[in-house]
Amino acid sequence: MKYLCLVYLEREKLHAVPDRECADCGDRLRKSGRLLAAEALEPVAGAATIRVRNGATTITDGPFAETKEQLAGFYLVDARDFNEAIQIASQIPPAREGSVEVRPVRQLQPEP
Amino acid sequence: MGATGPIEQTLDALYVAESRRVLATLIRLLGDFDLAEEAMHEAFRAALEQWPRDGMPSNPRAWLVSTGRFKAIDSMRRGARFRPLDDVGDAAALGVVDPVAWTDDESVEDDRLRLIFTCCHPALAQDAQVALTLREVCGLTTEEIAQAFLTAPPTLAQRIVRAKAKIRDARIPYQVPSAAELPDRLDAVLRVIYLVFNEGYSASSGTTLTRSDLSAEAIRLGRLLVDLLPEPEARALLALMLLHESRRTARTSASGDLILLDEQDRSLWNREQIAEGVRLVQVALSSRRAGPYTIQSAIAALHAEAPTAASTDWAQIVGLYDALMRIDPSPVVALNRAVAVAMRDGPAAGLALIEAILDAGELKDYRLAHAARADFCRRLGRKEDARRSYKRALELARQEPERRFLQRRLAELGGP
Repeated sequence: MKYLCLVYLEREKLHAVPDRECADCGDRLRKSGRLLAAEALEPVAGAATIRVRNGATTITDGPFAETKEQLAGFYLVDARDFNEAIQIASQIPPAREGSVEVRPVRQLQPEP
Repeated sequence: MGATGPIEQTLDALYVAESRRVLATLIRLLGDFDLAEEAMHEAFRAALEQWPRDGMPSNPRAWLVSTGRFKAIDSMRRGARFRPLDDVGDAAALGVVDPVAWTDDESVEDDRLRLIFTCCHPALAQDAQVALTLREVCGLTTEEIAQAFLTAPPTLAQRIVRAKAKIRDARIPYQVPSAAELPDRLDAVLRVIYLVFNEGYSASSGTTLTRSDLSAEAIRLGRLLVDLLPEPEARALLALMLLHESRRTARTSASGDLILLDEQDRSLWNREQIAEGVRLVQVALSSRRAGPYTIQSAIAALHAEAPTAASTDWAQIVGLYDALMRIDPSPVVALNRAVAVAMRDGPAAGLALIEAILDAGELKDYRLAHAARADFCRRLGRKEDARRSYKRALELARQEPERRFLQRRLAELGGP
């Protein structure tokens, strides 16, 4: 089953974990066959939020919601169950600086 | 099930003794809480029909598990026409498991442990863990749990439904944690059991001081856990609950008023529970891995073993609180330590500590912090300060007997 591990960090801590360490963690997970995708994100200052209402598109600066911690990266993993996903998430280096939310991926069901 | 004939009576007793084991194993075999619950009821229904006619099977538990399982697979197959192929595959796969291996004692006891750890999974909200444990492990009805926690039954039912959905959708596995995970996961289980006990021992609101059924349920759970997983902290929690429970009849008067530890009639304490508790404390202490429950149970044992309030070994109790502050510090532990220091060194020493704790802010709305401050001031003859603190405690207290106690103390002080 797929789980998305969302890494949250306060702005001042975005670079608290060296890139080298994050890259090593990604390599390790990739070798174990558990990692489907992982990326680090630019700070929210570089973000735009898009909404389409009644066919009209509005674009606003920044993230959807301002919070103390911001989304700093993600790991999409393939784990046996929730416990294994939690175990993987606990090895993600920024977990010790911020937090990692583990979300089960929902299978779309196009046929009702 | 209303008992009429001898088989019906046996079945009633069997339901009480075995339904939770049967359920725990069916959850493993069927991989779903709701399906397993339905299957278990189907199995008991089938037993009620068949046993009076065909006689009791030689292994009733195995019969109930395999009947429940077949009923569930049968209903899955009947619904299969309308289901995607995957689920039919699952049902078919369930048909090839070795029937003897399902119900041997060891795997059944493992299933009970799996059930406990799954219900107390830290990814579930604490109140959901409590509700699910009481529902699935203890077999209380939703109404009973709702009543015990003064919650509306639909709210509680929804809490359970959501927790089960999370177990299914996030795929929380039905397993006993690995050795590496065990300490943390065991903590979560112990916290749930102690929460249930405390809700029963000193209900946070309401007109009576205790709801003994919940405490009894927590002690039953604690015993089950010690049987299944004899870890020092599990033993220590059972000891702690037994030692508290031993004082139940002594801590309220005939009129339902609160009696504090130093004023209790110690001849009313349950000696059997104390003896069992003290034995468990000794075993837990001898493990040399003293955790927070081990230390708390050792403190409770010192109280229980003191023949009179005056002969309580306060010096040793302060030492144990010091140890507790080192491994599991919290403002409430600091408050309890302050009370012990006051008993050892006098109320002025306790008051100095409590002022610092109240100044730190975390306990400023905690009724017992103000009640303790009031008590120290009272003993120091500082009547006005005592009155003010009793009044603050009274504003925060929600429990009738506790409120009456505080009002009594206020009246004794006289004044406005």
